[in-house]
Amino acid sequence: MKTIVENAVCTFCGCLCDDITARVEDGKIVKAKHACANGRGTFLDYDPAPKKPKISGKEVSWDEAIAECARILTKADSPLIYGLSSTAVEAQTKAVELADKIGAMIDTTSSVCHGPTGLAMQTVGEATCTLGEVRNRSDLVICWGCNPSEAHMRHFSRYSLMPKSKHLPNGRKDRDFYVVDVRPTKSSKIADHFIQVKPGSDYEVLMTLRALVQGKKIDAQEVGGVPIEELIHLAHAMKSCSFGAVLMGMGLTMTRSRDLGVSELFSLVADLNAFTRFSVVPMRGHSNVAGADQVMTWQTGYPFAVSFAKGYPQYGPGEFTAVDVLARKEADAAVIISSDPGAHFPREAAKALEEIPTIVLDPEENLTAKKARVFLPTACYGIDASGTYYRLDNISIRVQQILPTVRPTDKEVLVKIMEEMHLC
Amino acid sequence: MPGFLGRINMIRRFVLDKKFILITGRTTKQAIGMHKGKSSPEYKFATNRAEMSVEDMKELGIADGQMVRLKNFDQAVDIPVFIAQLPSGMIFMPMGPVANCLIPADTRGTGMPPYKEQMVEVITI
Repeated sequence: MKTIVENAVCTFCGCLCDDITARVEDGKIVKAKHACANGRGTFLDYDPAPKKPKISGKEVSWDEAIAECARILTKADSPLIYGLSSTAVEAQTKAVELADKIGAMIDTTSSVCHGPTGLAMQTVGEATCTLGEVRNRSDLVICWGCNPSEAHMRHFSRYSLMPKSKHLPNGRKDRDFYVVDVRPTKSSKIADHFIQVKPGSDYEVLMTLRALVQGKKIDAQEVGGVPIEELIHLAHAMKSCSFGAVLMGMGLTMTRSRDLGVSELFSLVADLNAFTRFSVVPMRGHSNVAGADQVMTWQTGYPFAVSFAKGYPQYGPGEFTAVDVLARKEADAAVIISSDPGAHFPREAAKALEEIPTIVLDPEENLTAKKARVFLPTACYGIDASGTYYRLDNISIRVQQILPTVRPTDKEVLVKIMEEMHLC
Repeated sequence: MPGFLGRINMIRRFVLDKKFILITGRTTKQAIGMHKGKSSPEYKFATNRAEMSVEDMKELGIADGQMVRLKNFDQAVDIPVFIAQLPSGMIFMPMGPVANCLIPADTRGTGMPPYKEQMVEVITI
């Protein structure tokens, strides 16, 4: 049997492209029109067949697996809940509820992604806009430390570079496009201007740009490996555009200055609003990491790195963030939801996770799941489950399922665990 | 096992002595391999590699695709290295479990490990 599903949402990256046409044949998606290479993998490589949970690598029934989860969490004194960025808001809400009820630490993949962006936002504020505004108005686009050509493959064509609009009738020709990075990338190859900074020099370059924008004279001939003439040219372009947008990525958050570098960028964008309209858009990676920040903030008051150990939410980046908690061996059990720290954490933290009983909820048996005490194969939101996601510019989007739900969702499994523990 | 101050001194000496900065990041092949599964040959092929500038490889006498040992202050991985358009003094590795062997868990109080600022040594093997 063949069916066509129009306007499906791709749940791979933060772009949440909602114009996918999925073709289903014999219970499997065989074509995903409009999807990028990453999106096609999300739809076509997904095996929707029901799978049994595993305890220590051996298949068991769902009841046995849920009972084991309850046993692990009941016994734990200092459990950690981590991940959340590729699951729906409905499941994220239940994860925070579980953390509250068992006095756990809860952290999202924000901490190893745009956590420093959150810290900067709390310090100096964030002048931001939606991708709709970038698409329709932005005649100056600057990618700072991000490479959408590889990480958000349809960003340029859907939102930031190619689209034509009332204000930009010639599309790409009406936009001036800069890339600032430490190395040439696929994105820099299509830029009008590429500014290559020395690694770890973003803070100095941004501070210099702030001074130039404010009309100050700089004596130095180069800053951070960039000739001062290039920065003067960029400062002039920033002040003279009609609507500027900086798309910023992990080239800023993962380098030496971390949140201080991001604060400097956010301050520069705020300064520029004295001359023209200017916004910054953090390029969130995972499909619903923006939703994880939203849910954590509206339920606990903080976007990530929260501990309920004292019975109320405490915020502590560096203290309750997952990498730090694991490296210090402070967690004695972990629940990992739609994330793979076994592949993406520093080895020291990933190894610490292998030493404690871990419960993994994920559609795929990833590297963390292979070494977990309990693996719970859940449905994939956007393919065989529906839910609410937040795009990288914090616009909520309802994600409809394409295939019938066969596996339980993350939300349903978290509720079952809480019921087994008599918490609800 | 050195104490805290001993470890800090060890890291400082290492940073002063060595010259390559390791930048990890997403690549298209790494992301596509991820969909095939992280145990798949596609994912392993996409993440088990390092890239350097042609100038640095010539200086160290390394051929394109040759195995080298990358070493930080206390961890090392053996990996093939390929020519790429990079500035001198930089090594790029796709994000993944191999690159993360070289990334310490020190987040400097932010939660963020040094995924794009770790100094490494290149040893020909």
